[in-house]
Amino acid sequence: MKVWVAHLAVLAVLGVLLAVLPAYHATNLARILTLAVFATGYNLAFGYTGLLSLGHALFFAAGVYGAALPVTYWGLSPLPAIGLGCLAGGGLAALVGLLALRTAGVSFMIVTLMFAQAGYLTLLYFGQITGGDEGLVMPDATALIPGLSPDTARAVIAFTLFAVALLLSLAVIRSRLGRVMVAMRENEERSRMLGYNPFTVKLSALVLSGLFAGAAGAGYALLFGYAGASFATIQYSILPMLWVLMGGAGTTLGPLLGTAAMFYLVDGAARITTATLLVVGVALVLLILFAPKGILGTIRERGARWIP
Amino acid sequence: MSFGPFLLLAVMESLVTAATLALTAVGLSLVFGTMRVVNVAHGEFFMLGAVLAWFVTGWVGGPEWIGFVAALALAPLGVAAVATLADRLVLKRLSYEPEATIVATIGLLYILQQAALTFYGPEARPVEPPFNFRIQFPWFGYSGYKLFVIFAAVAVLLAVWWGLTRSKAGLVMRATQVDRDTARAFGINVDRVYAGVFALGAALAAIAAVLIVPIQQAHYLMGGEPLLLAFITVIVGGLGSLRGTVIAALVIGLSDGLIAFFYSPTLAKILATLLVALVLVFRPQGLFGAKT
Repeated sequence: MKVWVAHLAVLAVLGVLLAVLPAYHATNLARILTLAVFATGYNLAFGYTGLLSLGHALFFAAGVYGAALPVTYWGLSPLPAIGLGCLAGGGLAALVGLLALRTAGVSFMIVTLMFAQAGYLTLLYFGQITGGDEGLVMPDATALIPGLSPDTARAVIAFTLFAVALLLSLAVIRSRLGRVMVAMRENEERSRMLGYNPFTVKLSALVLSGLFAGAAGAGYALLFGYAGASFATIQYSILPMLWVLMGGAGTTLGPLLGTAAMFYLVDGAARITTATLLVVGVALVLLILFAPKGILGTIRERGARWIP
Repeated sequence: MSFGPFLLLAVMESLVTAATLALTAVGLSLVFGTMRVVNVAHGEFFMLGAVLAWFVTGWVGGPEWIGFVAALALAPLGVAAVATLADRLVLKRLSYEPEATIVATIGLLYILQQAALTFYGPEARPVEPPFNFRIQFPWFGYSGYKLFVIFAAVAVLLAVWWGLTRSKAGLVMRATQVDRDTARAFGINVDRVYAGVFALGAALAAIAAVLIVPIQQAHYLMGGEPLLLAFITVIVGGLGSLRGTVIAALVIGLSDGLIAFFYSPTLAKILATLLVALVLVFRPQGLFGAKT
């Protein structure tokens, strides 16, 4: 019960921040929240189930285009489009999972990477429809929720997406499935002996993760008005991993913390130098060398064992 | 031009790709086979080789071939030094744990890319070929330098093969590959072998880059494609199998080149990446690798 209250409190703080911050910062926060949905989904697969995927850009891009194509070509309204994007992400995750989960470890990383790369190239191949690298410009954000200003609508949708994602991920990891997911991560052989089927458990985790990524992709495309093949590049598989590693893999709030920390780190660096890639690279190397458990993971280890 | 000569031209172009691909992929394969490290920054070592070649030819001046020979000697050495540094500072501290090293080499990829962008700039720059003569076929003229690339790559590969199978260092390396702990028990300095292999792998990528840079220009983002192709080759050839890697480089270089020539480069890449994913899923030992 205490845990739920703590998470609701975090959400309340976020809601207040969105309402009182000036427009520029509120938009940044909306961006962070949408991307944090992606990170939260990645965390379900990587943090809790131990599936290190390098192909999540595929599910994110599936969300982006799952929402963007119907909106562009059939004039679908944005809210149902987010649902479509979510389903596209989950569906593709199921398809990839069916094949990729026959492998493990390094092979799994490479197989997911290759599927994502094939997806990216497919988007380029059908550039006439998808807009390729140049992408598609989405309709004006005023149409998101009729009657609300674009900024408000953006804040409301981003907040709702993140709130649902956070509470859902908390519910999942506290459920039976969540416990078995962690058991798979810790010792697959023993879990198998206890009668759990690793394949179905991992597949469920991956599909859940894909649904989150799809929702995030759809939200991101619609809220910020752009869908492009660049969302399927390797970079968008690496970023959620970086965010999760930074905030703390296997903690519910770590993904949000990592996304925000990285966002402001890159933003701050962009003010000083143009070498923003360097920040990403150095952050990755330092994290894996000195703090592989991330911010929240390290705090949890140092005594605050109650952090979920 | 009728179909026959057209095909010949396509095959020769593809052979150039296959030759440099074989060098790059053998580098990746050595590192993976011996150290069990998937080096995602391998493409950046390639890029670094090309960029260094541009710098070296600029410094040396004089006739083109002197600059080229200097680049062929110095660029791989420079890249090997960077690789050794990365091994000492990062990979060794992670005790070569496979998943952690992938994350670390992704970080390395960004660092190297940014370094190239900062010190070299976003432009694509050409390096003059060491010599210019065209071989006149009845239907078309063909750059003699491209043929030289093929021969040079074959020579380097033969040297690597000879080193691995006939020299003491190669023996030590293979012993480490088969069983790291037993090798250590026999007094082999495994850390040194790893550092050497990582440097050698990077140097091979750099040699490939120096060879290709008079044909393709040097650019800070050029590492992505060789990385992808090298990955594909190593996996299809069987992880860690040298002979498989070379055969796969030939097959993939040729088929990629031919599909790209006659249909579309993107389609060729889609097929190749899907092939890799499926090979890993259904035949993890590679198409040519033996079951272990």
